[in-house]
Amino acid sequence: MKISVNGKVHEVDVDPDTPLLWVIREQLGLTGTKFGCGIAQCGACTMHIDGNPTRTCVLPVAAVAGAEITTIEGIGTEGGLHQVQEAWIAEQVPQCGYCQSGQIMSAVALLDSNPNPTDEDINRAMSGNVCRCGMYGRIRSAIKLAATGDVAIFDPKASVSEGEMQNG
Amino acid sequence: MGKWTRRGFITAGVVGGTALVIGVGIRPGNRNSDLEEFVTTEGEYLVNTWVKLDANNNVTAIVPHSEMGQGAQTALTQMLADELDVDWEKVSFIEAPAEDGFANGPLGKGYILGDTKVPELLVGSVDGLFQTVANAMHLQITGGSSSIRATGVYGMRVAGAAAKEMLLAAAAAEWNVPVSKLTAKSGMISDGTRTEHYSSVAAAAGQLQPPYSPTLKTADQFTIMGKSKPRHDIPGKVDGSAKFGIDAEVEGMVYATIAAAPVFGATLKSVNGDTAMAMKGVLDVVSLDDAVAVVANSYWTAKKAVATLDIEWNSVPEDKVDSDGIFEQFQNDINAAITNGKVKSDRDEGDSAAAFASASRVIEREYRVPYLAHACMEPMNALAVVNESGCEVWTGSQNPLGFKHEIAEAIGLEAEKVKVNNLFLGGGFGRRATPDTAIQAAKIAQKIGKPVKLIWSREEDMQHDIYRPAVLSQFRAALDGDGNPVAWENHYVDKHEPVEAPLIPYGIDHQSIGAVDSPTHIPFGPWRSVDHSQHGFFTESFIDELAAEAGQNPFQFRMDRLKAHPRHRKVLALAAEKGHWDAPLPKGRGRGIALQESFGSLVAEVVEVTVTKGQVSVDKVTIAVDTGFAVSPDGVKAQMESGVLYGLTAALYGEISIKNGRVVQGNFDTYPMVRMGTSPVIETHIVNSMASWGGAGEPGTPGIAPALTNAIYAATGTRIRKLPVSNYELNVDFVESNEA
Repeated sequence: MKISVNGKVHEVDVDPDTPLLWVIREQLGLTGTKFGCGIAQCGACTMHIDGNPTRTCVLPVAAVAGAEITTIEGIGTEGGLHQVQEAWIAEQVPQCGYCQSGQIMSAVALLDSNPNPTDEDINRAMSGNVCRCGMYGRIRSAIKLAATGDVAIFDPKASVSEGEMQNG
Repeated sequence: MGKWTRRGFITAGVVGGTALVIGVGIRPGNRNSDLEEFVTTEGEYLVNTWVKLDANNNVTAIVPHSEMGQGAQTALTQMLADELDVDWEKVSFIEAPAEDGFANGPLGKGYILGDTKVPELLVGSVDGLFQTVANAMHLQITGGSSSIRATGVYGMRVAGAAAKEMLLAAAAAEWNVPVSKLTAKSGMISDGTRTEHYSSVAAAAGQLQPPYSPTLKTADQFTIMGKSKPRHDIPGKVDGSAKFGIDAEVEGMVYATIAAAPVFGATLKSVNGDTAMAMKGVLDVVSLDDAVAVVANSYWTAKKAVATLDIEWNSVPEDKVDSDGIFEQFQNDINAAITNGKVKSDRDEGDSAAAFASASRVIEREYRVPYLAHACMEPMNALAVVNESGCEVWTGSQNPLGFKHEIAEAIGLEAEKVKVNNLFLGGGFGRRATPDTAIQAAKIAQKIGKPVKLIWSREEDMQHDIYRPAVLSQFRAALDGDGNPVAWENHYVDKHEPVEAPLIPYGIDHQSIGAVDSPTHIPFGPWRSVDHSQHGFFTESFIDELAAEAGQNPFQFRMDRLKAHPRHRKVLALAAEKGHWDAPLPKGRGRGIALQESFGSLVAEVVEVTVTKGQVSVDKVTIAVDTGFAVSPDGVKAQMESGVLYGLTAALYGEISIKNGRVVQGNFDTYPMVRMGTSPVIETHIVNSMASWGGAGEPGTPGIAPALTNAIYAATGTRIRKLPVSNYELNVDFVESNEA
């Protein structure tokens, strides 16, 4: 069957019940999207299906024939990262990083449909994505930063926020 | 950490004609330490850090620690670069092992990876070492929150300082000026008139005798340490390019998944794989001693096929064990040990027996914590190839060297024939210090003669973890006529590391603290903050109960008993101040406080909760932390946030229960997680006391459970003595929440 991923059509030869996640990872070699739970409980496998954030560990590939599939590898622009990815770096969000492809895909979809989300909107849109390193506060900050549309291109050599410190 | 000195063994030389290389091997400075038997001769170096300065003045640090999100690789590189006085943008790092040519030469002797020779005594005991002495010595283990405080302080800083001294000495000789006239800054050496790149004297420096004990900077001289440098690993983690163990690929690779014996310790009796073998894409059914794997041309096929296996396991006596029985065993074993004098003492001060005999009142309490899974986001996995030239494995490991040796032993190869390639870890938290999955992958690869990527299902991951042990802890306190505790007695089961975890800093005259053995068949291992994860809850709950018994403010009650510990007082007071400890709250809301010293750092936490209709909402966590010195303040903050969330998920929901000898829970539906909407605001305040440098990865975790349950007590009057919180009915009918 044919599937369209990040703007390119691929011919894949798999059982139609194979979850899209495994087709993308194993057949197409796009490993940015992760396997976490296999029952749509953690969000590590989130991709966009026609723009909608979708848990692909339970989505049979047969269900996406004709749909436009976008993965973490496909959200950047020709010249660089997506604004949300830039915000993720600016806020130093990832720790282990394993869940972050899914987090970013959920966040991009949220901002596409709701450019100025409230905290409650963020809670709702991001509730399906688990971060075992617990970086929810930074994810929230990064979403809000990206929403401003004013993420400076991050200078990786600069110091990030120092926070409050005391000597003693 | 008291067993270590800064005394490292420093080597230096030149590679490729011009590149200066400095290595520092760390070994115990105190020969009377427990480590003596493990490290006895010159040339046996347990932690090696290296720095290379090339002809273009570029600095490469080689870091012997895995990256699992804790940011240690970046922070360690900061420590080296600062002492070396080079510009941050000229510095890069690689995770050991380095390029083969570099590691193989004479300079690589003692290098713990690559073609290393590890003392035989160490080889088989990597796991045991983690439990006993490795917290300090780090056999290339990333754990024990010790990257900064061991490798950084004793390796990275020394390597950078030694390199700088040698460069200055070389320039002094070549320019014929006294070394005292020279300054080093931003990778340049200057005598006031002439200024040259470090690299101009690198070759000459490599011929010099390395300094035995180079002078380290004082804090006021730091230019890179203490600044929050962006982590090097983050860009690859936002665009999907970072490679984790599960992403490894080699030519001709096939996929496997596994069904292991559900009861720990049971073995395979028989398996009928006919249905599986008849499925399109299934290549093999492989029997191991205690598991069966299906090999297929895709993970999905293997997963579907493994569900069709008809497996019979040998029955074992543990088939009948359940959680209630385990806790009953703990109680019985504690009672028996007390009766038989078999309690292993951690601390025996004063005369507890006399204090209890003359007490006005005695308070007795019992606390319990359940088994916990690590539930790393990345399920366990490993890719292995076994052929005539040896075995090669790709995985994410907290202990690649230990993996190498244990894999070799498991499949009957010489250690030199096993190569472990370490990739990013999708969470470690202690779980990835155990090589069980990598060994399975190697065995399967050996049997089928093909490269195989073994991926555990989430259910397999949760039901075959190396668990945080379930623990039961009993306390008694003797109170005087005013309600003040004069004696503290504590007996608990299952002592591991760190040994000081059950000790308290509070000034109570008579203390008797000790452990009782009560083994179970459940595999256990380090879980973020190890024994502190349970003892933090126990001791900080009991001290809170004593404050309540005395009718005193729990913060002031602690402060009054910390007169000998100014650092403890400082963080506790700061957390209370920043957490608005004294500000009144409406009914149904409450604050709790806890203090814990662990891994060389002090953390105080104030938690604010709202309890509405039996539901606990954790509103805010305020942290004060003293790691001695925060090498990367944002990194310390990130670790506090992470440590708190990890412990909060456990305290609220975490429970691995045992029924018929096996784990009941299987996935995130039955082992729930804190998520975006249930995650509190976390505010971190850093104290740089300049006391000896401590860790950050774990110290945030122990205090959150007791601060939370103490807050729930303040809000509801219900004292939670058995985690998790979710097992309690918190019916509070008086609540009129202000929350929307």
